[in-house]
Amino acid sequence: MMNIVENFDVYAPRLVDKEEFYAPGHRACGGCGEALAIRLMCKALGRDTVVTNATGCMEVTACMYPTTAWTLPWIHVAFPNSASVGAGVESGLKALRRKGKIADRYVKTVSIGGDGGTVDIGFQALSGAMERGHDMLYVCLDNEAYMNTGIQRSGATPFGASTSTAPAGEESFGKKAWKKNVTEIILAHNVPYVATACTSYPLDFMNKVKKARNIKGPTYIHCLAPCPTGWRLPMEHCIKIGRLSLETGVFPLYEVENGKYRITVDMPEPLRPVTDYLKPQGRFRHLTPEKIEEIQARVQMEYNKLMNKVDSLQSWEELA
Amino acid sequence: MAKLAGMEIAFAAAEAVALCRPDVIAAYPITPNTHIPEHLSDIVAEGRLDAEFICTESEHSAMSACCGASGTGARAFTASSSQGLLYMGEIIPIVSAMRFPIVMALGNRANSGPINIWNDHSDIMSQRDMGWMAIFAANGQEVVDMMIQAFKIAEHRDVMLPIFVNLDGFQLTHMVEPIFFPTQAQVDKFLPEYKPYAALHPDNVVSMGSLGMPDIFNEFKKAQDEAMINSKKVILEVWKDWEKAFGRKYEPVMSYKTKGADVLLLTMGSMTETASVAVDEMREKGMSVGLLDMKLWRPFPSEELKKAVKGAKVLVVMDRAVSYGGPAGPVCAEVKSLLYGEPNAPVITNYIIGLGGRDVTVEDFVKMTEKSIKAKKEKPEKAYEIYGARGS
Ligand SMILES: Cc1ncc(C[n+]2csc(CCOP(=O)(O)OP(=O)(O)O)c2C)c(N)n1
Ligand code: SF4
Repeated sequence: MMNIVENFDVYAPRLVDKEEFYAPGHRACGGCGEALAIRLMCKALGRDTVVTNATGCMEVTACMYPTTAWTLPWIHVAFPNSASVGAGVESGLKALRRKGKIADRYVKTVSIGGDGGTVDIGFQALSGAMERGHDMLYVCLDNEAYMNTGIQRSGATPFGASTSTAPAGEESFGKKAWKKNVTEIILAHNVPYVATACTSYPLDFMNKVKKARNIKGPTYIHCLAPCPTGWRLPMEHCIKIGRLSLETGVFPLYEVENGKYRITVDMPEPLRPVTDYLKPQGRFRHLTPEKIEEIQARVQMEYNKLMNKVDSLQSWEELA
Repeated sequence: MAKLAGMEIAFAAAEAVALCRPDVIAAYPITPNTHIPEHLSDIVAEGRLDAEFICTESEHSAMSACCGASGTGARAFTASSSQGLLYMGEIIPIVSAMRFPIVMALGNRANSGPINIWNDHSDIMSQRDMGWMAIFAANGQEVVDMMIQAFKIAEHRDVMLPIFVNLDGFQLTHMVEPIFFPTQAQVDKFLPEYKPYAALHPDNVVSMGSLGMPDIFNEFKKAQDEAMINSKKVILEVWKDWEKAFGRKYEPVMSYKTKGADVLLLTMGSMTETASVAVDEMREKGMSVGLLDMKLWRPFPSEELKKAVKGAKVLVVMDRAVSYGGPAGPVCAEVKSLLYGEPNAPVITNYIIGLGGRDVTVEDFVKMTEKSIKAKKEKPEKAYEIYGARGS
């Protein structure tokens, strides 16, 4: 039985905040995973939050002057700097609170960015913020390409996906590099809480956001957020495709607390074949059976690697 | 009472910033401004200043962190030079558009390449049209004074713009000079607490940094330009207040021995000091020469400059940066455009000097003056000259 409703008691639907901090009226495409991720994330974060946002779909669709979809304090500065703006916000709030210039109340700083703004151009800022130990949560909204500028490949685009800068053609099968595993790279910064999430598992995602919110120090959540436009999918498939990413082992959901790995949503045993995930998506349409085989082998190996960590790695407390 | 101390100017700049009680300092080291954030980190470490010191992993992040901090209503400071400023470049125009009153000490240094750590003004000139105010210090005392003035100017409700305090790399940053320091009480009295117009806090929700579509972008830019133009009034006020409180006078264009002078030199930054010695020498020789020192670069001191050059026959403009393929050096091009069509405008000559730390001596100023006087009679061949370059 899949525990997709783990901690149902905590997040029984009636307990989920009814208030919308990411209000209706934004201009994202129908079925957008990132917009859904933000909505869920905000509900888990609650009112006492400041959000910094990298340039990308979620910025341009939410704040066309003079309108805004945000009812939380929100700032966008540029594409590569959500994390460093967050570092400044966190430091500013800390100093002002210490000096008694603002209310003496804890306010969480949360930085968000697309996969491009996180794993590529914004990675230096993210790494710096995590290394310095700012008390902030960073959430990567991973739709696996630069969608805002027209579906160009990013470091998070999966192997074989066809994008506007890594197109499939006579001489090419799409993106040649494998997806960069930023979750693991952030983990190597020794941050106390890191997790993967997906909009198709809303309670799992919200639990993780809630957990990260309560940790003092840097935390990171990598949220797979399907993009019907860029993935070449009918918009009503957004939730289903996320589930398939998990069931095929392409994107397992786990969390790492103080070095200890834990799978948070059960996976089927054995995993479903990757074709179930690849087939519905136009961006993988061109793949040959050989390429799919290659992807299948890689997914299995990565999955084994992860399970190996889940089974064998101890928490830092245990290792101390 | 104010106390006099012999101190390296970069350290003095840091002490002055500390007197302004910034809430957040974010910086990344680059010669020659490095001693400023270094010394500030010491001051914070010693507990003399209650601030968050963020040692970022790059200048891009230092400027970004200042944005975030300023967004919360914190007083934010950073320092940089040359490549560091250029690396911040993406965020520089955003800061002014968002109306964040961030103060930056810019230890002026040549832009690479070839790589060169010494002084010229190519860094600031490359950011000329980014919507920041810019003032130039000529010596250590001015650096200290301007650092404090800068916060007051930037944070004024009618301004709300970021500001560069320019201090020449090495010529100023690394010099030891006797400097008068105001007391903390004096600075507290002069500089009110920063009260932001809007701040990132759940008690009063705002969205900052929206998308400006073509139907509104023009209006944003016009508002920004108006704020910049109007800032001059505030700058003049702050300088008057400063004079009242500390007795030292600041004007957009300072004049030295200009009364009745036929020839005027126009300088910015530390070369003003050398040029003033040259003016003394030339005056002794009976030459009718005076000196104008432009302290205010943005907003451009148009009226003051027009007034200052009235009656002069020759104006010698010194630039410390090249506008490659342009009509003149960046300063001179603006001066010419200002004086075009003015009745009895002086003949203007333009020398680009002191690039990448090249020495400019008293003798050089005398030579440039003599050449310029000649140019009044014989029309100059070129609009500008990269003075002293071998092969020219
Ligand atoms: C320095 C810089 N380079 C390029 C861009 C253009 N740009 C804006 S958003 C974007 C891609 C955003 O992709 P991602 O972060 O994955 O977010 P998404 O739009 O997919 O949500 C790019 C390339 C920019 N704004 N700034
Ligand atoms: S392109 Fe994709 S990520 Fe962007 S708004 Fe549309 S669905 Fe959302």
